[in-house]
Amino acid sequence: MSKIAVLGERESVLMFRALGLETVFAESRETAVKELHRLAREDTSIIYVTEDLAQQMLGEIAKYKESISPAVILIPGKGGKLGIAQEQLRSAVERAVGADIS
Amino acid sequence: MANATINPTRMELTRLKGRLKTAVRGHKLLKDKRDELMKQFLEVVRRNKELRASVEKGLEQSNTAFAVASAVLLPEMLEQALLYPKQSVALEVGSRNIMSVMVPTYQFQTRSANAAEIYPYGFAQTSGELDTAVEGLGKVFEDMLELAQVEKTMQLLAQDIEKTRRRVNALEYVMIPDLKKNIRYISMKLEENERGNTTRLMKVKDMMLQQAHDFRPPAQ
Repeated sequence: MSKIAVLGERESVLMFRALGLETVFAESRETAVKELHRLAREDTSIIYVTEDLAQQMLGEIAKYKESISPAVILIPGKGGKLGIAQEQLRSAVERAVGADIS
Repeated sequence: MANATINPTRMELTRLKGRLKTAVRGHKLLKDKRDELMKQFLEVVRRNKELRASVEKGLEQSNTAFAVASAVLLPEMLEQALLYPKQSVALEVGSRNIMSVMVPTYQFQTRSANAAEIYPYGFAQTSGELDTAVEGLGKVFEDMLELAQVEKTMQLLAQDIEKTRRRVNALEYVMIPDLKKNIRYISMKLEENERGNTTRLMKVKDMMLQQAHDFRPPAQ
């Protein structure tokens, strides 16, 4: 059995506790990066990261793109959706197909 | 591959022909792999888009409700209400093989199947907005898990398609033309040697005949 974690600002993440997910608060880039790597090391299968936090550390998140675990998934945080996840989907399609088809 | 480095010998020719055969076969196989991966990929992308849209919508609703709840309730109360979750999720991670790309599959088991049992607090001290947030979250959670699976699959496939595409292109535009060029070069060289040899023999024959009995070939 493996873990699911949610990483983000306190206000965005607190409600996920009701689902029984592991919640990790991070307000700054440094803590977020540190926590992200810690979660990955501790064999967390899915890490949900709020987009507000993710946009500050896209490079760090990209490191986990190529490995099968963990899956780092962006979710909208308290600031609403920023469209980063959609942008990433678009660029992945572009990379694979060689042209933007969407 | 520079022409200067290859030996125009029969052995080299056979070797190159063998390599060309392998390259052509590999090219065909990789091309098939790429096409199939692409087919799967586009399906995954479509599903990913749907799921992302629904997850983002659900989470935004929950977020709004939760923002109201945290405005209404004391922070300590909120913390306390959510401190000890009633619900828990056991996640089972498997893997699936799509055209030799390993992608994860997630299977989850919630501790209580009853949707009404996810509230980890009594209703007396909390506001209705919190209930809305938690309820919405419970509904969107299944989609969130599938989104994780689909999005990871999408990323892994995209990466593998790129790799396969590069290989196909390298074979098609570099390896195969180079091999063909070299094979042509060697066979031309061998034919040229053969012709050179024939003329030499003819010349030697003439010389020998002349030596033997002063024979002259008929003038042409």
